[in-house]
Amino acid sequence: MANSRNNRRGRRKIVRTVLIYISAIIAVIFFIFPIYWLVATSLKTRAQAFSTPPLFVWEPTFRNFIDIFLKRQTEIEAITGQELELATGAETFFYNSFVVTFSSIAIATVIGVLAAYSFSRYKPAGTNTLMFFILSTRMLPAIVVAIPIYFFYRSLGLYNTYIGLILLYTMFNLPFAVWMMKSFFDEVPRDIEQAALVDGSNPVKVFYKIALPQVLVGLGATIGFLIINVWNEFLFALLLTERATRTVPVMIAGTRGEVGINWGLIAAIETLYILPALVLIFVLQRFLLRGMTFGTVRGAK
Amino acid sequence: MTLQATTGSRLIRIFSVLLILPAVALVTFLVIFPLIWALGLSFYSYNVIRGEAPVFVGVENYYRLLNSLDVWRRFVLTGQFVFYAVSIEFLIGFGLALLFYNQFSGRRLAITLVTTPLLVAPVAVGIFHRYLFDATFGVYSYFAQLITGQSVKILSQHPMFAIIFMDVWQWSPFMMLFILAGLEAIPKHMLESSEIDRLSMFTKFRYVVWPTIRPLVALALLFRTMDAFRTFDTIFTLTGGGPGTATEVLSIQIYRIAFQFFRTGEATALAFIFLVIIVLLTNIYLRLARRE
Repeated sequence: MANSRNNRRGRRKIVRTVLIYISAIIAVIFFIFPIYWLVATSLKTRAQAFSTPPLFVWEPTFRNFIDIFLKRQTEIEAITGQELELATGAETFFYNSFVVTFSSIAIATVIGVLAAYSFSRYKPAGTNTLMFFILSTRMLPAIVVAIPIYFFYRSLGLYNTYIGLILLYTMFNLPFAVWMMKSFFDEVPRDIEQAALVDGSNPVKVFYKIALPQVLVGLGATIGFLIINVWNEFLFALLLTERATRTVPVMIAGTRGEVGINWGLIAAIETLYILPALVLIFVLQRFLLRGMTFGTVRGAK
Repeated sequence: MTLQATTGSRLIRIFSVLLILPAVALVTFLVIFPLIWALGLSFYSYNVIRGEAPVFVGVENYYRLLNSLDVWRRFVLTGQFVFYAVSIEFLIGFGLALLFYNQFSGRRLAITLVTTPLLVAPVAVGIFHRYLFDATFGVYSYFAQLITGQSVKILSQHPMFAIIFMDVWQWSPFMMLFILAGLEAIPKHMLESSEIDRLSMFTKFRYVVWPTIRPLVALALLFRTMDAFRTFDTIFTLTGGGPGTATEVLSIQIYRIAFQFFRTGEATALAFIFLVIIVLLTNIYLRLARRE
């Protein structure tokens, strides 16, 4: 009797485990498939990318990745029209994206960390109002501020400049940097800082010798999310840049209208473009929920 | 207790204000200032291309927009998109959370892979879904043909389905993260005692699970609804609002009025109507979430 009941329970457990694995595999396939297909397409020749039905088995080629940066249209080709694909110019756009991302994050991190520290430790008058005000900018649809900023930038000469974009991205990332870093500072016990201050230490020194080293992991996570935010931004880059300062997303979006575009090449550019995200998802996994909610939801361990 | 309270010196107070000054200044300069300017402009008739000076027209822009059948149709369209996308994401997210609440080997890796879409650039998502949905060489169209037995031109025949599908693909993991965090916050002893008391699935959910995850579910819905309303990049790159205006949600309509037709005054007025809707929705949600 007892034996058969144990057996039944054991069998039920096995069925359950199998079901869990099957569902997990289906879920993973559903969410990873488009990304897999993107990378797969980047390893196909033009003809292979245009095959019907789609090719699931093929011999991978890295030509697209070489073509992104190395292909140049010679004059003869231009006249005879044999090789109609122009050099993508992608290196300029990647360079622009890199410059803008790096600079704006550097500024936003410094300003944001300082403000977060003050909000967390000193709570100057109006902290709650200011924090809420800073958070509310996240709810603001980009298109609402895009129109006035477009005209400001045109009249101030910031249009189509690195500084203009950097300034804008710094501003857009400040709310995130402040809230996220405040949530990390709030977690660190403040006894040591308090003791140091009572002993008459310089508050500047207390900040960077005691407080800052304790939130380094959080700082890293914050920077990771900032990279994603800036790297992925599209609307303002579209409105405020021309060829000289254009970033990668604008270039990728620009392929939309083309007829008979080389999907292999586009996929290769997109693969390079989303590479930071594919790496950072592993690094930031532990902080994902926190990062997506401005540090307001801590989430599970 | 704050640090200030223990030291109380004036130096510290000045120091604390100095630290937040750059942040506040920058936000004011790039958000408040443009918003006020835009609010002013929304009462003017202004067209950049014609280059004439703006003419004050009072609330005419608002009056015309709110009386335009076209604009109301976009409201409904945007509402439909948000409703379907967020509901499906909630259901899928809930399912995924229940799945990943179980411990099994490879669970962490599976969660990481499932959440990958969250960090992928919307522009890349939109452009690449064009290829996936392509009527001739798109792999999704191929699957659809295998299932239904006839060739389906998803982007031209069911554009709304395409944009909702794409949004669901990218954002269901977001819901999952919230709900999973909620589930993991349920005290273990409560689950165990409900097991011992042999509560029915429904009772267990109603009285043990739901009260714990409710605030997180509310927050997840709030974030998702706001973001779905503002969706621009993915739809802009996948369908561009088309075919015709079949997927032209509010943010794309505002973009078109402002930067393709250059009716700036009208565009800012519509943008402010949009803003008011978002603020109202946020308030309703927050009130609902706080009620418990």
